[in-house]
Amino acid sequence: MEPPALTPRGVSQRTPRWRRVRRIAALPIAALALAGCTVPTFGAVPGATTSSKSVYHLWQGFSIGAVLIGVLVLLLILWSVIFHRRKSANIPKQSQYHIPLEMTYTIVPILIVFGLFVATLVVENKEVANPTTNVTINVNAFQWGWKFTYPDKNVVVVGQTTQDPVMVMPVDTNVHINLTSSDVIHGFYVHAFNFSRYALPGVLNQFTLFAVNTGTYNGQCTQLCGLYHSLMFFRVEVVPMTQYNAWLSSKANAAVAQAAENATKQQTSSVVPTKPYKSQGGY
Amino acid sequence: MTDVLDPPIVPPIVPPMVLAPIEPAHEEQHGPTGILKWITSTDHKVIGMSYTVTATIMMVIGGAFAEIIRAQLTTPNGTLVSFAQYNELFTMHGSVMIYLFAGPFAFAALANIIVPIQIGAPDMAFPRLNALSYWLYLTGSITMLSGFFVAGGAANFGWVAYAPLSNSTNTPGAGADLWIGALLLTGFSAIFTGVNICATVFYLRAPGMTMFRMPIFTWNLLVTAILILLAFPVLTAGLIMLYCDRHFGTHIFSVAGGGVPVLWQHIFWFWGHPEVYILALPFFGMVTEIIAVFSRKPVFGYKGMIFATLSIGALSLGVWAHHMFTTGVVLLPFFSIMSLLIAVPTGIKMFNWIGTMWRGEIWFSTAMLMAVGFLVTFLIGGLTGIYLASPPLDFFTHDTYFVVAHFHSIVMALVLGGMAGLYYWGPKMTGYLLNETIGKIQFWFLFIGTQVFTLPMYLLGLRGMPRRVAVYPLHTSWQYLNEVSTVGAVLIGISTIAFVVNVAYSWKKYPAGDNPWDGQTLEWFTTSPPPHHNFYRLPQIRSERPTWDYNHPGHTAAEHGHHHEPHDAEQLT
Amino acid sequence: MRVEARVLLSLGLFFGLMVTVYWFWGHENAGSVMMFAGMLLCFVPGGYYYWWSRRMKPRPEDNPKATQAQGAGVVGAFPSTSIWPFTMGMGAFLVVLALVFGIWFLIPGLGLVAWALFGGTSEGRRGGSR
Repeated sequence: MEPPALTPRGVSQRTPRWRRVRRIAALPIAALALAGCTVPTFGAVPGATTSSKSVYHLWQGFSIGAVLIGVLVLLLILWSVIFHRRKSANIPKQSQYHIPLEMTYTIVPILIVFGLFVATLVVENKEVANPTTNVTINVNAFQWGWKFTYPDKNVVVVGQTTQDPVMVMPVDTNVHINLTSSDVIHGFYVHAFNFSRYALPGVLNQFTLFAVNTGTYNGQCTQLCGLYHSLMFFRVEVVPMTQYNAWLSSKANAAVAQAAENATKQQTSSVVPTKPYKSQGGY
Repeated sequence: MTDVLDPPIVPPIVPPMVLAPIEPAHEEQHGPTGILKWITSTDHKVIGMSYTVTATIMMVIGGAFAEIIRAQLTTPNGTLVSFAQYNELFTMHGSVMIYLFAGPFAFAALANIIVPIQIGAPDMAFPRLNALSYWLYLTGSITMLSGFFVAGGAANFGWVAYAPLSNSTNTPGAGADLWIGALLLTGFSAIFTGVNICATVFYLRAPGMTMFRMPIFTWNLLVTAILILLAFPVLTAGLIMLYCDRHFGTHIFSVAGGGVPVLWQHIFWFWGHPEVYILALPFFGMVTEIIAVFSRKPVFGYKGMIFATLSIGALSLGVWAHHMFTTGVVLLPFFSIMSLLIAVPTGIKMFNWIGTMWRGEIWFSTAMLMAVGFLVTFLIGGLTGIYLASPPLDFFTHDTYFVVAHFHSIVMALVLGGMAGLYYWGPKMTGYLLNETIGKIQFWFLFIGTQVFTLPMYLLGLRGMPRRVAVYPLHTSWQYLNEVSTVGAVLIGISTIAFVVNVAYSWKKYPAGDNPWDGQTLEWFTTSPPPHHNFYRLPQIRSERPTWDYNHPGHTAAEHGHHHEPHDAEQLT
Repeated sequence: MRVEARVLLSLGLFFGLMVTVYWFWGHENAGSVMMFAGMLLCFVPGGYYYWWSRRMKPRPEDNPKATQAQGAGVVGAFPSTSIWPFTMGMGAFLVVLALVFGIWFLIPGLGLVAWALFGGTSEGRRGGSR
């Protein structure tokens, strides 16, 4: 098999021998480049937001390390299990210490750990950053459903258990989420965003999502919250900005009409007032 | 069938050189027998046996809950149990396994029997306190399980009891209070055991048994005991606060009264993460002993192993909030680096275990098979644990089946280690060996079952299945993985049955002798089972392997590349 | 005794270091208090052992060349049987049940605990029940 890109026919002026050398040298590089493009997923998905993609790459990095170390250790275990089985009643050499070896397997893991930590910090800082934006959604979790409020837009989406309330958000924009809970602790988890965050009573949790793909994604409460925890679903619909604005205004008009109808009717879920939370302070 | 009766070469025990310092006067005492002996005995071996049997029964009960949970999850809309029952089941599965099986089995069952003998002590330092520990543990177990028989059912807020789900509004009823009461009892039981082990190790060692000659199992139990003393009082305090919130109108964990729900998580995990090592370290110790004995070598890197254990103990107090990364209110980098650093001493242990097997003469008895099964399973659980120390990856997998799979790999590794311990020390405790063929059948069911059970759960988590759900959507690929996992759970169940069958089948069938495995530490120097105050005589203690030195003069441990001349005169004095 | 002291003191030292970093970095109260208490829980017994280790000769178990004969003598009183742990355990059980089922469980519960305290203490004074 000749990779056509490497030896374009009739173009090369070089000698066949040089071509062969070049081809041989190019092979491992090509293999590496190929591998670089198709690093295995290790079971995860790139997801639909910018941070989900960096989390995915971090996942791949951790997984490569884990697989390498895991295979190495497994081979060592298997080697000793297979080749150092009892063959005689002899007493083997009673070796107990090998300081250079012990130092090696102390220091190398420390270096690996610091490498992992630095990679973690890079991704983490991207993920917890809260850039300013003018799209904000207040998400309130309650037993057992979700309420999505679009502040200043007069739009509220609320649904319980299998009603699957839908959170509509625009693509290619920073969307600021204010996450609260009305009663117990819930978990706001969207698998396609590779992200989850607790909805805590009394705490305002803030984070930013930047979706890059449109589509509908499933979300679910992940933190045990009582009887119908299993059914606390929601969906996230990522749409283009124009569609988002259109959806907002249609919802707002409908809400105005609705409000005129039953001005006295109130939302059933009581919202406990939350105090703003400084993210690295005390209580 | 009888390759168990294929012991290594053990030279005949030469007559005792030195008599034990303890008077063997009331060896043949005619104390109470039967149930009265069980109730009144303060002998650490009797208490240890009570612990072992009770904890094993708890494992079977918790395992039965697990089988029901797995059966429910085999189909997306399982109808075997209701949502309410499901919540009770996984709460009690977790609680029974953590509080009533793994913990007591780790630091009170085998430890109670083995630690005093390994350091040449006649008993635990406080025998009556030791007995009290057991009674608090037993009554605590009864208290927790009786939750199923009260109106409203057992506790159903998960084994972590997160506030405010655990308050009196969200979970009224006696079941939750019984759960709290049970943890108060077992918590004090654990604290007393911790005190006892510390005092025993510090004050009752035999002459010559310096700290750096104690077997790794005893060292691990010492660190475990220190961790118990650091961690359990915090849990007990938290439980009292929770009880006050539920019944006395305080608002420690409720927002409405100005409390902080996250405070419960801080308190709980400040106990909960050291607890993970409280569970794990004793099993690490068991496996270390077993690997060394069956490889016929000293523990490779003995001192490194001790420092690794101490480092795990030291770091364990600074990692609790990695359970709380997704709360958004904890200091992410601090807990991330602390948790990642735990991987270093754990890795050292792993390499030391391999180094111990390396160039040994490995005898694959059931105990050793279980220990190797532990190594492989623990490797998987340990490596996946490193992911969870990274906050971004934890955001991604938190409260999904990935986490469930991770810690089930770990705890199933501990079960393998515990089984290794039972096969290894069972003969010392009872005087009789277990059947090796049934033991090996049990091992393969347990080992393969564990992997078939946990590996699909990793994928389930990565595909987004949250934990603690009784039903799941139809439109996903989760059902197939759940089915595979259930098959694994059934295999583990069969292995448990094999164990029970083995105990029944081998009942007083294969006399063990004093030293069936050519053991290295002091417990193999005494009789099986040991006499009332453990020793008729003690050998001279000149290394961490006194029994080995006694039986194999001329084979003392050597630095790499060197071979010390045996000090016969010193060996035998 | 010296190694025992060092184990506890170095654990306490590490916890002290950790709580310092944590407090000045995170300003979080609950965890800092608990870690600080953990540090003290190592320093107090560790300091006690250290204090003693400087004032006593190495015990036979601290001496790597000790012979078994050096350990001869009475190790301590080890009662072979005692009913009081069971009594106290049942008392504690009833006390805990009082938390759940009603305050009246306290009467037999505390009674058993008090009885066991009295019985156990006087048994200890006699040097065990054998």
